[in-house]
Amino acid sequence: MTPAHEVQSKSASAAPLSTELDADRDLVASLRRGDEAAFLRLVDQHHRTMVRVARGFVGSEALAEEVAQEAWVGVLKGLDGFEGRSTLKSWIFRILTNCAKSRGSRERRTQPFSALGSSSDDEPSVDADRFIDEHHPRWPGGWSSPPAPWADEHCLSKETVRLVQRAIEALPPGQREVVTLRDVEELSAEEVCEMLGITEVNQRVLLHRARSKIRAAVESHLRGKGPSS
Amino acid sequence: MSAAIPDDLQCKEVVEIITEYLEGAMSPDERTRFEHHLVACAPCRVYVKQMRDTIRVSGQRPLEEGIPPSTKGALLDAFRTWKKGP
Repeated sequence: MTPAHEVQSKSASAAPLSTELDADRDLVASLRRGDEAAFLRLVDQHHRTMVRVARGFVGSEALAEEVAQEAWVGVLKGLDGFEGRSTLKSWIFRILTNCAKSRGSRERRTQPFSALGSSSDDEPSVDADRFIDEHHPRWPGGWSSPPAPWADEHCLSKETVRLVQRAIEALPPGQREVVTLRDVEELSAEEVCEMLGITEVNQRVLLHRARSKIRAAVESHLRGKGPSS
Repeated sequence: MSAAIPDDLQCKEVVEIITEYLEGAMSPDERTRFEHHLVACAPCRVYVKQMRDTIRVSGQRPLEEGIPPSTKGALLDAFRTWKKGP
């Protein structure tokens, strides 16, 4: 049997699925043996995101916290039956979203996810004044104020990571949950649509708006960093 | 901006449809049109890279503020209860 590799961090070259499933199998075995440290590590890994996602369904932070804790109990209860057909992470978030939906409807706070629109619905992804007029004879709709390349060292700095985190937290609900599940947790589009009960198109629209806003926030921030050569 | 490659896609439109591109949701023709535009347009290439960088940074392990001890305690209790069995 191939030894499992620890998946320590997400990166652009995400660990292949088989590696994640191997790591999951070992982790589930530890949990079933009653390994408290393993459980706390799992909680550390996912709890805050679970609260953030639950917040999209219920009326308050406190309720979101309750939902997340309820979900952990559900995870433990279901653990003996977990067969590893999906990743542990997908499974945990599916339990979480089910708890959140059911608590949301009990609290009568639930809206269909797709109805979580906001005043920014019609905002262009980039300020219109950064483009040349559409009736211009030579460069209709071209950049008048083009984006400047970002230096890698700024992009990957802790400061930028924190900025992106804050930008995500500041997003309207709907956009926040989708970008969290897709880009932070790297779940697939299909999984996220199923969990949130939205169509692929709807999911993509929310994802697009979220990413556009986050990119703009990073750009604003890095603009103050001086010229990148 | 090169006029050699025919390109009817405006930069203004590129920034609106970029997510469809990155998600692989375009038809082959749409994708060709999009990539054609990128060949000729450096600012849009920069924009696409910025979008990819944004996604990558989003996926960096978030800097945890830590879970409140009371929450950890409650969850550990739940774990111990589960361990004990029915």
